[in-house]
This record gives sequence, structure tokens and C-alpha cells, in this order.
Amino acid sequence: MQVDTTSNLPPKSFLNAALDAIRIPLLAILTAVVLGGIIIAIVGGNPFLAYAGLIQGSFGSAKALSETAVWATPYIFAGLAVALAFKGGLFNIGAEGQLALGAVFSALIGYALPEWLGVDIPFIIHLPLTIIIGMTAGMIWASIVGFLKAYTGGHEVINTIMMNYIALNTISFLLNGPMKDRNPDNVIARTPLIAESARMPEIFEGFRIHWGFILALLVAFFIWWLLNKTTLGFEIRTVGANPDAAKYAGVNVKRTIIVTMALSGMLAGMAGALEVTGLNFRHELGFSIGYGFDAIAIALLGKSHPLGVVLASILFAAMRNGATRMQFLTQLPVDLISVLQALILLFVAADAIIRYIYRIKSKGERVVLTRGWGG
Amino acid sequence: MDWKRFSFIFLIIVVLFGVVVAIGQVKSSPIVIITSMLATTIAFATPLTLGALAGVFCERSGVTNIGIEGMMLSSAFFGWLAAIYMYHVFEFPVGISITVGALFAVLFGMLMGLLLAVLSITYKVDQIIGGTVINILAVGLTGFLNRQLFFGKGSVFEGSVPNSPGVLPAIHVPITEIFSPVCNAATDCLQVLASINKVFDQKPIAISAILLVFIAHYVLFYTRWGLRTRAVGEHPKAADTVGINVIRMRYANVMIGGALAGLAGAYFTIESVPSFEPLLTNGRGFISLAAMIFGNWTPIGSWTAALVFGASQALNINMQLFRDVIPPQLAFLQQSYVVGLVPYILTMIILTGIIGRTTPPAADGIPYEK
Repeated sequence: MQVDTTSNLPPKSFLNAALDAIRIPLLAILTAVVLGGIIIAIVGGNPFLAYAGLIQGSFGSAKALSETAVWATPYIFAGLAVALAFKGGLFNIGAEGQLALGAVFSALIGYALPEWLGVDIPFIIHLPLTIIIGMTAGMIWASIVGFLKAYTGGHEVINTIMMNYIALNTISFLLNGPMKDRNPDNVIARTPLIAESARMPEIFEGFRIHWGFILALLVAFFIWWLLNKTTLGFEIRTVGANPDAAKYAGVNVKRTIIVTMALSGMLAGMAGALEVTGLNFRHELGFSIGYGFDAIAIALLGKSHPLGVVLASILFAAMRNGATRMQFLTQLPVDLISVLQALILLFVAADAIIRYIYRIKSKGERVVLTRGWGG
Repeated sequence: MDWKRFSFIFLIIVVLFGVVVAIGQVKSSPIVIITSMLATTIAFATPLTLGALAGVFCERSGVTNIGIEGMMLSSAFFGWLAAIYMYHVFEFPVGISITVGALFAVLFGMLMGLLLAVLSITYKVDQIIGGTVINILAVGLTGFLNRQLFFGKGSVFEGSVPNSPGVLPAIHVPITEIFSPVCNAATDCLQVLASINKVFDQKPIAISAILLVFIAHYVLFYTRWGLRTRAVGEHPKAADTVGINVIRMRYANVMIGGALAGLAGAYFTIESVPSFEPLLTNGRGFISLAAMIFGNWTPIGSWTAALVFGASQALNINMQLFRDVIPPQLAFLQQSYVVGLVPYILTMIILTGIIGRTTPPAADGIPYEK
């Protein structure tokens, strides 16, 4: 896989560059929507009604907009987690486990810390602490994989997936045993509710949108800044593009790999922590399922650019959120959305197909995304 | 396979069996436990063996296949679906229905192999991304169709999942019948014979998995096809120069791999249990890849590694059987969540390479450009 050769092209205006960057993803979405429509028609649904339902359910009212933002919040964090790892040449399939672990630990601090200390903790300390613990849990979980990659060469793709299963098994154990909600009416594997002092305040009364969404946008900007304006970001990108060159340029490759995984896991853990502190106020088994794969799709669709990740997250959130309305109007199962997302991902990944369909010339640049077993 | 990895595998299997024997001995005799562990180990290793073989064929020809999980999952679903349609809609007898189901699973696996081939060979998509696309597509497609076909408007099944026609039967090997004269009608001896017989009474896919290990070994290392496959995976340019069609070899091998992953999928819904549930493969496609890596991309090596994972799953099942006799100081062994972690942790240990590092084919994962 080679590095880009665009340096000899004439300089482009910002607008042109932006249009260029989003053209393929937009066409990929369009193609997936058309193909999805055909699938809907084949199984006996009305594609126009289905898509109308999707749009109505996701952007049709203030409530719908708020719910879309609620869905988008963990997507942005998890998408950034995968995107950041991509920039460093690492493929983090384990966002799901990191997110779940972040959620569990923040729930633990949220409900148990006041009991352990025997005092009420002020909001100004308890809430940040709860979030930080969740972030740290995700960070440590992912760093293990980074460490194994850096020092033993164990491939991160398989290791992150194994860590997912380990995390999910452990969490099943915790939520069915020591951390289970002791309320006598409760039969679900979930933690007790977290203390008031660990909950984020509402933004608008009566809407579920929470400060996590605003934080997500700020963090997206921060990641952009980190990647493009700092030495660490430069090191991450250099190791991602060419580890050998990075080594000769004096970058500590092993350290950078671990730091990249740690940051990536931290973002995923933050997604979990914010779901607990901002939305559900507890962690429930099975809540994290699917986020890992969705996050990969989002990072690829957003071309690993923080702004792209935010836009892709909002699109995916809109689809998830609008699905209920779609199901109500057309009786098509919500799972249709997963098919649509898989198709979008297919066309984004295989952009050669899109270029072929729409006759777009390739500029000969190849971005390095992942590496085989040996790297 | 060098002695180091071989003895590691041997050691782990001895430990896993030893734990079960030590705990279960109050309930039944060691020979019964060992034979029953062996029987379950072989059964559980089946999808892993087939998945690892799928990986061997793809990667030996130079295509990284991370999509084995998705290939297994979708084949398991479509094979099961075909069996149900054959039985309930077209009203074929049970035997024909499940056989067609198994064949359909293999065929669908091949189709998924074709998709991976188109993406990674023709369109030169990053191969790990291509495999991930297959994994995500499989989850979405099976989840959607599982609901739509049974509960959707105008479904022939009208809102209920019909009973699957059943699972493939075990093939009886007449060991007891042949050797019973040796026992002179001693009950102990006959019991031992019966329990040994259980190890050999495997189901068709399990048996074909073992046969396929040796067939794959022969094909890869003793035939022209195998030599060409390996050449294409090690040095495609050189292979091309001597007139081997790199693209065609890769397509063929990735589709063979897909078919093997499809057979692994059939194991879940046609041989093991007669039902499908979303995400039922549970990471076993990825564990297969670890088995393949540990087996140094060879069929026999991958198979022995798959047996270790099979044994660790058999441990989990047996711990549940012996739940009530687990001593209190080892209470954690009662938790299937805890014992269930063994294969995943083993995978990670194996990948660290502390038990000997293995080398992938040189051109693995690199698209061929003339």
C-alpha cells in the first residue's frame, strides 16, 4: 500500500477540496439508498413511504431532532475513536467493549461511591469523576491491545475482538451478580440508578438531548486540533502512514502505538460514560451491542476526518432514530437500517465501484488504512 | 509445526482435561470423562477447523480474510432457511431438506467468498476493510431477514418461526459390536467400549472437517494447484512471469475458502442445533483466524490449534455438568462467564507469539498489480 502522490497537483481552493472530499461518500450514500429501496420493494414494502418515515422520524419535529442528537452522541465519540486509530494505522474493532466497560465503571462510581464514602459528594466533583473513571476504563482496556501490538506484534484486529468478548462476559457476570440492581422488582441485568450528583443537567426541559452532544462536538474539534496542530498528532499520523519512516525520523513508534490505542479507547469509554451520566443514569446489559461495527462504518464514511465523523454520526443517528417511524408506517423491521448501513459502508470502502458507476477519475492516491498480520 | 507449539497444545489440552477429570471424578470414572470430553472437543472444534482451513486457502493465495465470521453467520442463516423452506413450503422429507440446507450453506459461503474476491482482488479494497464489510453485511442481512421473513407482512410463516426439520444424525462406527467379544461380557469393559465408541460417533460435518484437513494438506503441498496457490501468495510477480494467472488463482482460492466457511456455518444450524439466533457465531470466525495463525498457515497445524479451542469450550460445558461437585474454593469455575473466557484469553496469548512466532505468506493482504 503506497503513500499519496498528490504533492505535484495544483493547489485547490478550500471549497473545491471540500467538495472533492465529500463527493464519493455522498454518491455512496445515494447508491446505497437506491439499492436499499430496491430491497424494500422486493420484500413487499413501499420504498418512498419507508424513506419518508425515516426522514420524518429523524428530523420532522423538535422531539425528533433531539432524539437524533441523543443517538448521535455515542456515535460521534465511538466514530472518533475508530477514526483516530485509523490515523495511527491501527484498526480498533473493540470500541464496543471499551464503550461498555466505560459505561459500567462510570455507573459503579455513579451509584456506589457515595455509599462507600458514606457522604453525599458535591455535583462539581462527582460528575467529572464519574466521567473520568469511565474514560480511564476504556483507555486501559484499549492500551492493553496497544501494548501487545507494540511489544509482541499481536494483531490488534483479533485482540480487540477478543477483548470485546472478555469485556462483555465480565460485564454479564457483574450485572447479573455483584453489580445487579437489588430492587426486588428488578429482573433485568442492570446496575442501580446513579446518584443525582453524578447526573448531567438537562439542556431543555422535556427533551432527552443532553450536554454530551455539545461535548461531542467540542471533542471532535479537539481531536482535529490534536491530529493536525500538535507534535503528538504528527507522530500518530506519521506512524500511521509509514512506521519505518517514522522510526528513522526519530519517532518512538512503540510508544505512539500505545498512546494511539489509549486515546482511542478513552474516546470509546467516554461514549459509555456519557450515556450513563447524561441519558440512562445506569448501565444495562446489551445496551452497547452494535456500536463497535457502527463506529467503523462511521469512521470510514467520514474518511477518518473529525468533521466527517460528526456528519456521518448524525446520518447514522438519523437512520436509527427514524427507523421506528419507518416501522410504524411500513411494518418493515428496524433491522433494515443495518442492511442500509452495510451497503453504505460497502460503497464507501469499495470507492472504485462508485468511481466506475459515476465515471469519476481516480487521482491515484491510496490512503493507508490497515496493515496485515506482519505489520 | 515445531515441537514448541506442539507441546504447548499438548500441555493445554492435558490441563483442560485434567481439571475436568479432577473435579468430575466423584461423579464418574476418568475414562468416561476423558472420552466424553474428547467427543465434545472434536464436535466444538469443527467450525473452528473449517474456519481456519478457509483462512488457509484465502491467505496462502495472498488474500487476508477477516470476514470468516460474517461468512459463517450468513451461511448458517441461509442454510437453515433453505432447510426450512424445503421442509415446510416444498414439503420434502427431513433428510433431503437438511442435506439441501447444508449444500445451500456451502453455496452461500462461496457467494460471500466471491464478494470478498471482487472487493479485494478486482477493486483492490483494503482487505481488512473488505472483510469488515462482509461481517457487517452479514449481521445486518441475517438480522433483517430473520425478522422480515417470519414476522413481516405477507410472510408464508405468518408470524412464527417454524420448527426446523432437524439436525444431521451421528454416523455410528460399530466399535462396540466389533470388540465386545474381547470383553467376555464384563460390564466394566463394555462400558469403557461404549464410551470410546462415543468419540468416533461423530456427525457428518465434523467427520468431513477432519477429512478436509488432510485433503487440504495434500492439495496445498503435493499438487500443482497447491504449488501455484502458494506461489501466488508468496511472490505473485514471479508466478505471473511463469504464466500462472494470479487473479484467477486468487479468485478460486478465496471461493474455496468461502465454501469452507459456509460448511462451518452449516455446522451451527444444520448439525449442532436446529435453530438460528442473531449473532450466533459469537466470534468463532475470529478464533479460527487465531488458530490459523498459530498453525502457521498450515492445515494440520491449524487443526491442532482448533482442537485446543474446542477443548476449552468442552471445559465450559463440563463445568456446568459438574456444577454441584465443584469444591467451594474453586467456586469461580461454576460461572460460565468466567470459564467462557478461556478461549478468548488463549487466543490473545497465542497471538503474542511467546510460543513461537509464525510467518504469514509474503504477499498476504497485498493486491496484485501488474
